[in-house]
Amino acid sequence: MNDFNQKAVAHYGKNFLKEVEDRVEDGEWVKMCMQCGVCAGSCPLGPHWEHSPQKIFRMIMAGKRDEVLSSDSMWMCTSCYNCIVRCPRKLPITHIMHGLAHYAHRLEMAPKGQPTREVARLFWSSLIQTGRVNELKFSLAVYFKDGFVQGIKNALAMQGIGLKLMKAKRLNPMEILGGHKCKDLGGIKKMLAKAKEIEDRKQGLAS
Amino acid sequence: MEKKQYAFYPGCSSQKGASASNFVTSINMMCDKLGIQLNEIPDWNCCSASIGYGEGGLLSRLVLNARNLALAEQHLPGQDLVSGCPACWLSTREAAEKLHEFDGMMAETNEALKEAGLNFKGTVKARHIIEVLVEDIGFEGMKQPVVKPLEGMKIAGYVGCQTNRPFGIDGESFENPQYLDKMIEMVGAEPASGYEQKVTCCGGALAFSEPEKSQKQIRDIVESAYDHGAEMIVTPCQLCQANVEVYQSEINKKKGAKLAMPVVYYSQLMTVAYGGNLKEAGLDGHVIQPEKLKQIAERKK
Repeated sequence: MNDFNQKAVAHYGKNFLKEVEDRVEDGEWVKMCMQCGVCAGSCPLGPHWEHSPQKIFRMIMAGKRDEVLSSDSMWMCTSCYNCIVRCPRKLPITHIMHGLAHYAHRLEMAPKGQPTREVARLFWSSLIQTGRVNELKFSLAVYFKDGFVQGIKNALAMQGIGLKLMKAKRLNPMEILGGHKCKDLGGIKKMLAKAKEIEDRKQGLAS
Repeated sequence: MEKKQYAFYPGCSSQKGASASNFVTSINMMCDKLGIQLNEIPDWNCCSASIGYGEGGLLSRLVLNARNLALAEQHLPGQDLVSGCPACWLSTREAAEKLHEFDGMMAETNEALKEAGLNFKGTVKARHIIEVLVEDIGFEGMKQPVVKPLEGMKIAGYVGCQTNRPFGIDGESFENPQYLDKMIEMVGAEPASGYEQKVTCCGGALAFSEPEKSQKQIRDIVESAYDHGAEMIVTPCQLCQANVEVYQSEINKKKGAKLAMPVVYYSQLMTVAYGGNLKEAGLDGHVIQPEKLKQIAERKK
């Protein structure tokens, strides 16, 4: 258990709902769920969730802290926003799922090696390096996330698609040398550091 | 005629040599014919898309989007921020709304923006290019420059998710929006009626992390287009376009399917109908060749 996690448990005890309300994006909406299940039936990846959003909300109210934060369910969100527009109580479900995934990730409670968690981490690291996402480096990083040998296998399997995209001028091999980036990269980095500092302080994630 | 001015936010996938570079090519002529002037926001950054949440907290993501809004406000005053990418539009609009919605959010955002020498007053509106087309130009206006109607083509209008939800275009239904079908009709083609995968999710960013699950979605989207007699899919979304076009060969390889359905942008249809050639319409940027549309583009009238 990491430090922040221990501190959160010490602070909130069994009141996990309060913890979610205080620290998770749009968490104050969770108690509004009336368990109708429309979100569960509307999710394109519904058959693959360990727990549907409806179940996650009930589990939060029941104080199932470890089960919720270590669930892989939030990481199955494709951000299609079906659940948001269909929820009869207008819960911002997509945002709550993103918020829970982020909080679980920061507490290191999210499942290790969960593929979407890894891809999300790689996406962010590409973004903050240049201010803009480098599609080539990001794709290669995704292929190599499970190690070198698997990376070569993945890259070979996708080679045909890569070549076709290059031919269509939609993938530029020269991007590996740096590629597109923002001019005021220094300002962007300082700005993001400040945002993180403010946010970490509020979420109990500041050391 | 004086052109309508907008602050343009292209987004990462629309840069030169990136996955949607042919989209940007195709909107140039379309905008020109319709009297729309897109002024690129100087030094814009990534919106963090719908996958940035894993590592980036809410405030970090808001600040990224607020930087683009602030740059537009400062350099292109009085202009709406316009994006052609649903993820960029969604993130920017969500940010613009959240900054006003919660107490203290604007102050915290500006505290961070100050580090980059910027300040956001909150005066910029974030819009999708399709909103500009439908609301500011109108269907009749979009029809006027048509010189080469795409007669005899049957096209499945695939709206996807984020152009449609949670905000939608011009107050249309989330379950069965009509604007894309109307745009297909407007350029002289026939929309595949009853195409029930119109607003299905292609898997989005999970095409990378959960390829099997996403490819199942993509297969449904393509097969339904075949079932409804369509010879092509048209979409407003960069990620939908890439996912649905590019992974068909993977599905064929793994599942023994025979999918080869071209997937193009609405702006490519419009540019061809407005008399644009193959290059102007970005039709040289496809993995599955939209042969019939290419033939029309190359034909002299």
